[in-house]
Amino acid sequence: MKLRLGLGLLGAMALAALLAPALAGLLGHDPDLPDLFNRFAPPSASHPLGTDDLGRDMLLRLLFGARVSLAVGLAVALAATGLGVVLGLLAAWRGGWVDALLMRLADGLLALPALPLLVVLAAVDPGKLGLPRGAVGTDILRIVVILTLFGWVGVARLARAAALGELALDYVAAARVSGASEARVMWRHVLPNISGPILVAAALAVAGAILAESTLSFLGLGIAPPAPSWGNMLSNAQELVFSAPLGAVWPGLAILLTVAGCSLLADGLRRR
Amino acid sequence: MLRLLGCRLVQMLVTLTLLSAVIWLLIGLMPGDPAELAIAADPRLGPEDAARLRALHGLDKPLSERYLAWAAAVLHGQFGYSRLFAQPVAALLWPALGSSLVLLGLALGLSAGIGIALGVLAAARPRWAPAVETLAVLAQSTPSFWLGMLFIILFAVTLGWLPAGGAEEWSALVLPVATLVVVNLAAYARHAASAMAGVLALPYITTARAKGLAEATVLWRHAFPNAALPLLTVAALDAGSLVSGALVTETIFARPGMGKLIYDAVMGNDYNLALLALLLAAAVTMLATLAADLAQRWLDPRVAP
Repeated sequence: MKLRLGLGLLGAMALAALLAPALAGLLGHDPDLPDLFNRFAPPSASHPLGTDDLGRDMLLRLLFGARVSLAVGLAVALAATGLGVVLGLLAAWRGGWVDALLMRLADGLLALPALPLLVVLAAVDPGKLGLPRGAVGTDILRIVVILTLFGWVGVARLARAAALGELALDYVAAARVSGASEARVMWRHVLPNISGPILVAAALAVAGAILAESTLSFLGLGIAPPAPSWGNMLSNAQELVFSAPLGAVWPGLAILLTVAGCSLLADGLRRR
Repeated sequence: MLRLLGCRLVQMLVTLTLLSAVIWLLIGLMPGDPAELAIAADPRLGPEDAARLRALHGLDKPLSERYLAWAAAVLHGQFGYSRLFAQPVAALLWPALGSSLVLLGLALGLSAGIGIALGVLAAARPRWAPAVETLAVLAQSTPSFWLGMLFIILFAVTLGWLPAGGAEEWSALVLPVATLVVVNLAAYARHAASAMAGVLALPYITTARAKGLAEATVLWRHAFPNAALPLLTVAALDAGSLVSGALVTETIFARPGMGKLIYDAVMGNDYNLALLALLLAAAVTMLATLAADLAQRWLDPRVAP
């Protein structure tokens, strides 16, 4: 039930994001192009959710924002899960000082307040690292990298705990005795058996990444306008709280539904 | 216990030292440069003045040398000045910390209280469990900055009941605290529900009921103390997310506090203030986590050291 609800929410969101360019063609607007004669237009057939302070179509910006938010969420989840699985398995397999070092690092990162540090990381000037400034691609890459730096911890701890449990079982010993290499034992035997908890952690990582990206974009440190993202749309809406309060509703609702979809998916996977 | 305390304090110091070095490095990568910013206001000053200013303040030295000089000064208790606010950093940090602690203390107490009440309700009256669970999923999926904006739109702009921000009156605390409570209560509700459900299934609860005790006594005197212990772990893990929440709510509601101070300092390129405020926030977070851990060990000796 939860699994279906979560998959349904996420599927609808992904479909809407995929269909955004088609809808833009159908309605005949450009989501980034200002139309100053049409500011704050009420909902109508050609602007289903009305327009914003620059006359841009709200629905199109919402859907193009979905592309950015979902892309960031998925990319962070993939990178954080990959890094977390590798480090978690390494810690469980090597034990000793490698394990101690990685887990102290994880504890340290968990104990720190994440958002203030993300703000510092996001304020780093990509130009000083030799990357082009202001491009949407750079923004996305930067956000994915800094969210991955914090996101691997949860996955790694889960992967380590689950792998330690598996490594103590007889089939691992049997595989070793029959001459399987250590790499084969870890990747072909242990990893498939701990994929359940890892999938749950990955779904939660998507939720966390979407929330963090929107928060950073809201604070002006994530995806920079004019490219739409749910966070920077809300940041824009905050300045218009008195003149156009409704503009603040839709992007937040989109974040809420997407994140709830991920949590439901994670819950559903956990109970299976 | 004492050994554990010493161990954790050493770990904290190591973390803070590493953190200060990493942030120092990152600040070197931020846009802008204090000397350029200082001369930007006066068109008569040129690049050679910037170079002279840099030499005067030691900004032409390598990052590592500047870091060591800064660390030596901080260890001698000299926190230096904030460029953005033109005040000693110490004079800014302590009032901000006090304001944040009031906000976070209220938010922590209320979110734990309401969350636990909801969780116990879900465990003791299974009819309510789906409603509590739905509420928890919605609450933990809500972006805090959006909720804060909605509260401002509804209660400050439309209804005019409460101030939209500031820190002059006590009523200005209501909306930021409410925002933080909603976002943080889900974890308490879910963990309280599962811990209570686990405890209520144990034989000693059946014994208590068979003795003829009132249901409220069974629930709160017999079951709850045992179910409450894992909740301290939630509280310990929650410290970091509370401080993160403070950054968002203080920024939205324009409340002077650690979160807003850090955000303003980073955005205003005030590196000394940003660094010290971040270290203080990290230290407070880690101390809170440590306190929750110690409380758990003290209350439940079964938790291995």
